[in-house]
Amino acid sequence: MGGAGEMNATGNIPELIVNGKRLDGRAFDEMRPIKIVAGGLKNAAGSAYIEWGNNKILAAVYGPKEALPKHTQDPEKAVIKCRYSMAPFSSLEEHGRSGPNRRAIEISKVTREVFENVIIREDFPGSEIDIYVEVLQSDGGTRAAGITTAAVALATSGIPMTDLPYAVSVGKTGEHLILDLNKAEDNYSDADMPVAIGPRNDSILLLQMDGTLTKEEVMRGMSMIKKAGQTITKLQKEALRAPYESIMDRYK
Amino acid sequence: MQPINQVKGEYVRELVNKGIREGGRDLLEYRAIDVKHGMLPNAEGSAMVTIGNTKVLCGIKLDVGEPMRDKPNQGNLMTLAELLPLASADYEPGPPSPDSIELSRVVDRGIRAAGVIDLDALFIEEGKVWSVFIDIYVLNYDGNLFDAASLAAMTALSNCKLPKYENGEVIRGANLPKLPITNTVTSCTFAKMGNKVLLDPNGSEEAIMDGRLTIANDTENIVRSMQKGLHGAFSEQELDHLLDKTFEKSKELRDIISKSRSD
Repeated sequence: MGGAGEMNATGNIPELIVNGKRLDGRAFDEMRPIKIVAGGLKNAAGSAYIEWGNNKILAAVYGPKEALPKHTQDPEKAVIKCRYSMAPFSSLEEHGRSGPNRRAIEISKVTREVFENVIIREDFPGSEIDIYVEVLQSDGGTRAAGITTAAVALATSGIPMTDLPYAVSVGKTGEHLILDLNKAEDNYSDADMPVAIGPRNDSILLLQMDGTLTKEEVMRGMSMIKKAGQTITKLQKEALRAPYESIMDRYK
Repeated sequence: MQPINQVKGEYVRELVNKGIREGGRDLLEYRAIDVKHGMLPNAEGSAMVTIGNTKVLCGIKLDVGEPMRDKPNQGNLMTLAELLPLASADYEPGPPSPDSIELSRVVDRGIRAAGVIDLDALFIEEGKVWSVFIDIYVLNYDGNLFDAASLAAMTALSNCKLPKYENGEVIRGANLPKLPITNTVTSCTFAKMGNKVLLDPNGSEEAIMDGRLTIANDTENIVRSMQKGLHGAFSEQELDHLLDKTFEKSKELRDIISKSRSD
């Protein structure tokens, strides 16, 4: 990767497809390698860590606990609070300013809304469930990777959910739809569409898009995302199973 | 979103389940839309959009600024939305809420992605470009701020003046050329309630909706931005259907904008 996608001095847009392959050698519908580890942070009710390409992201869940300040309480169900944040050292470019910027506030909101759909909030009236997503290293697609990680963290916490969501983005460069955009592709592509899906009935839980897509491309992108989702779901479940399998090995 | 009492909520839900709505409109019908522009001559562009009881004002100012470091030959675009305390009993003064940030970013993405403003035409000289500030002022809340705000911004942009920059001074006022506009973008916002989907939710419908989907498209029916909101989910079939509905309904919105241009 490195400088491959960086704009040169004349401001020219780099070619994202060379000889039918993407800059990092991937096919159009190929995801970056994903490694998920469930657990890891002892203080949290649940946690998970992901390496998704060059992205490195930690997610942790605290609660359910009494919602504070009190006026945030909902007497009928738990309130979900979510903070997506990028570490100031997380990008290849300059030192980022700490504290949530407008982008992070929006991502925190749409991430929260994904989990408001799947967490059985009625089980915990008056309480809050906190979801923290900390991006330690970023290379494009961090909101999707963050949602995928937070889903695993929530599952390890034992908070009841109706589904285990995953997220991934589809974009477009030239006439090609490409799956799972990295930073260079994200910066210079013609469209970006991050989507989160609840795989149980393929419900769309997050949908954002900007750029240039026809209706046909939107729908074809959705199919690519669902196909990739089979792999992501499998990796999420394997990560959840792994700690118990090593325990079972001990008694073989 | 406004908390409304349970009785009102149940009433609205009952209506929607029967396929009707307050005021008697269809599920996929806009309320009456009124658009005015140019009411604030001190601003380079201005527009007021009324959709039902929702009232959104947009003001546009152009200032000379520095270009972004990675785009030295392009002007800047900034969109901010204010949910003013005078617009609703539920809005309070203070730093921007996630709702107002989402509103401004969704409007901004549509305008940016559709290339509405030719940012290359805003280059003045090395190190100097025009910065376009779009400020969305919500004056009265009754649902569907997304469509009202993007319609106000698009109308204000379509009738926006481009000041002159001469000998280090900005010349504003009358007899100026128009800001060059190269595309038109509008958005259609749908609310999901149970298994029903409705266009242009009003305040009491938004208070009980499960999900929200905003689709922005341009004159060629290219999708330029989308944003799903709230916990409710949409199915792929619904997305398919709502894209078609957006293409259909956006004609009405574009007609309103083009009429404002000829006034």
